[in-house]
Amino acid sequence: MLALDRVDLTVHPGEVHVLLGENGAGKSTLVALLSGLRAPDGGEIRIAGRPVRPASPGHARRLGIATVFQHPRLVPTLTVAENLALDGPWWRPIDRAKTAAAIGAVGARYGLALPAEARAGDLTPDQRQQVEIARALSRGSRILLLDEPAAATPDAAASLARLTGRLAADGLAVLFITHKLADARQAGDRFTVLRAGRRVDHIAPADARALDPAALEARLIAAMFGGADAAQPTGQAPRAPASPRPVLEVDGLSVSGAGRRDRIDPVTFTLGAGEILGIAGIDGNGQAPLAEAVAGQRPATGGRLRLDGVDITGLGVAGRHRRGVRCISDDRLAEGAVGAFPIALNAVLKAIGRPPWWRGGIDRPAAIRARGRALIAAYAIRAPGPDTPVDRLSGGNIQRLLLARELDSAVRVLVCHKPTHGLDVLSAADFRRRLRAAAGNGVGVLLISGDLDEVLALADRIAVLVAGRIVATVANGADARTRIGRLMAGTP
Amino acid sequence: MTGDEMLAAEPARRGARLARAGAGPLAVLGLALAVSATTLLAVGVDPLAYAGTVLDRGFASTLGLQAAATRMAPLLLLAAALIVAFRAGLWNLGIDGQFLLGAVGAAALAPALAGTLPVWAMWIAGFAVAGAIGAAWALLPALLRAHQGVNEIVSSLMMTFLGLSLANALIKLVFLDPATTVPQTATLAVADRLPRLFDTTISGGLVVALAVLVAMHLAMVRTAFGLRLRTLGASPRAAHHAGLDVPRLTVVAFCLSGGLAGLAGAVTILGVHGTVQADWNPAYGLAVIPLVFLARLNGLAAVALVFAYAGVLIGSESAARRLGVPADITLVLVASLLIGLALVDHLGRRRRDDGA
Repeated sequence: MLALDRVDLTVHPGEVHVLLGENGAGKSTLVALLSGLRAPDGGEIRIAGRPVRPASPGHARRLGIATVFQHPRLVPTLTVAENLALDGPWWRPIDRAKTAAAIGAVGARYGLALPAEARAGDLTPDQRQQVEIARALSRGSRILLLDEPAAATPDAAASLARLTGRLAADGLAVLFITHKLADARQAGDRFTVLRAGRRVDHIAPADARALDPAALEARLIAAMFGGADAAQPTGQAPRAPASPRPVLEVDGLSVSGAGRRDRIDPVTFTLGAGEILGIAGIDGNGQAPLAEAVAGQRPATGGRLRLDGVDITGLGVAGRHRRGVRCISDDRLAEGAVGAFPIALNAVLKAIGRPPWWRGGIDRPAAIRARGRALIAAYAIRAPGPDTPVDRLSGGNIQRLLLARELDSAVRVLVCHKPTHGLDVLSAADFRRRLRAAAGNGVGVLLISGDLDEVLALADRIAVLVAGRIVATVANGADARTRIGRLMAGTP
Repeated sequence: MTGDEMLAAEPARRGARLARAGAGPLAVLGLALAVSATTLLAVGVDPLAYAGTVLDRGFASTLGLQAAATRMAPLLLLAAALIVAFRAGLWNLGIDGQFLLGAVGAAALAPALAGTLPVWAMWIAGFAVAGAIGAAWALLPALLRAHQGVNEIVSSLMMTFLGLSLANALIKLVFLDPATTVPQTATLAVADRLPRLFDTTISGGLVVALAVLVAMHLAMVRTAFGLRLRTLGASPRAAHHAGLDVPRLTVVAFCLSGGLAGLAGAVTILGVHGTVQADWNPAYGLAVIPLVFLARLNGLAAVALVFAYAGVLIGSESAARRLGVPADITLVLVASLLIGLALVDHLGRRRRDDGA
């Protein structure tokens, strides 16, 4: 798959260059190239005019490129000073006093509060990020890469923008990679937008300053999500309005979890029979707990679920499955299927012990294999036969198998979490066609996807999930893309 | 590599792959024998004479074979216990404690019942109590694993240490036979033990063990219950997603495993020893673990490996007495064989994965 297609990017010293893009736009690939985790297939990286080829993270560091990765790379059980001292050669004893002094100097220079003796695990996310930045600076870097710096609050975003501004003013070249429009606008001098691996827009500092904030934002949104000029790729007109009869009513469903990704605040929506309700949003805003709470995999801390008017809140996964609530997991090989098991067994994995595949607890291999063969034929699954282990299949074929398994005669509601993630274009299109057909047969589909194009191509209505909350529900129509893009980026 | 290229490369490679598949284990066997021979030479024993005695006493003599067959009974039941747990992805390393407490239970109950019940009822009671005790000793690690996510390797291993101490305490304080000088439980009369098979010295416990192992194997591969356990073992997330009650299955599998280990204790007492002496701990469980892995958790394949192991064990015990070699020398042979086979297995699997 082409993750990045001939992208040009220039980062200047004294400037914060913001790289914007949706999930899958190619941002992470670019980070991997610059930080030495991957090698490009073509093109060149030059630092101060000299061509370089970062071969490893260590090499990139020596070249002067410091990366602050999205996920913290601090050892939680060590203190801040110890974490920073880890960069030294292995044979040199750790000089705590010297490290602490160096941390103090960096902190004073950039206005960071760095508690040298605190355990990294006890720090707040913002503090952890500052320590990571301080570590990058202590290596004498010339280029600072910030990969999706997480700012939990508007205040944190503002202070991050101040910090990057100071770093740039100090002569550093800062590349700030994010999908958050508000953070980007606050921090950036220069903007580059990636979509589907291509550079789709570039705004030079002078042009950016000339635009007023609203105009700048509109231009960035248009570039990120595809504006009026971007043809809808699957070109699907919204289908006829679904029947008004609700099949699934979700009322105040909430899940409390440790992190932001594990939580949903009371979520309420109704899904009609034959309707496709899209849940749009950037990954990690509560998609997983929502899917799992509806399927019964995760206990809800509040709220009720009704299926065809009958309360199913108290039922577990198996009970809901029997009544027709089905779920296609976003992790098709680790959760949706057992990779080492043959197709036939996976086809009946959610019906273990039930007739006609089992009688009195004893399996009927012929019936199970026949089921596997039937699904292979009905869903055009490319496989040698029903005994082929599922982990030998391509992603598209596994996904067709999982869809085939869920769409039996008892299905009422189908929850799909990122159903075409990682599939090639043809497999994704095939899956969407089959999903639409299922909805046409009266199945209520809850389509949870970070791929806005997919949601726009399929859904009748689209709810936008931000930080575990449905911030708005939008009917799919001409202006849906812009409205959802704004909601997703957190600027309603 | 695309699928087409792979197909084209297939016939040319197959011959080489078969040759490699055969050569690997043979090379390992040779290497293991060489290591053992070197060790024997180092302690001043003729390796050929030693190997001859082991084979002669373990496999070529009728008495040796019969002793090996008798020894197989507890090993087979422990293999069944381990296969149930491992197939469910659970590391029951507490089987030695479960085994020993089961043995003590059977040894305490059987002589007491011998006068009052018919022998068959006494045997059934002995097995039932030993199985229940084994299951009960597995319950705590099982519950901790299922509901708190506590690593069962550590907790079950710790339960074994507690089990050994508890077994000793029970033998010395509660079930002590006052008629003997060594602390041990009351002895079950030879007439009341499991019958020998036909005209041999093989204990009838072997039949019990084989029946249980085959039943366990069939349950694993043919029943809904077995598939649930295998799904859990393959991927707890997939099991949960498929609607299985993961905590309950965890507890059931773990306790079933403990119960089978308890049966192994009972078959040793009711079939062979008739009593448990204080500080007795054959640690069969740890020996069986590598065997069931080499058998790929297949119950039927485990029978062959357990037979080979029991034969080598009996033969080397005999050779140790005859040649004055420490019996532990056998462990060098067995250990180098197991390590070698595990290596071949691992390398083979990695080659397959790379090819895929």
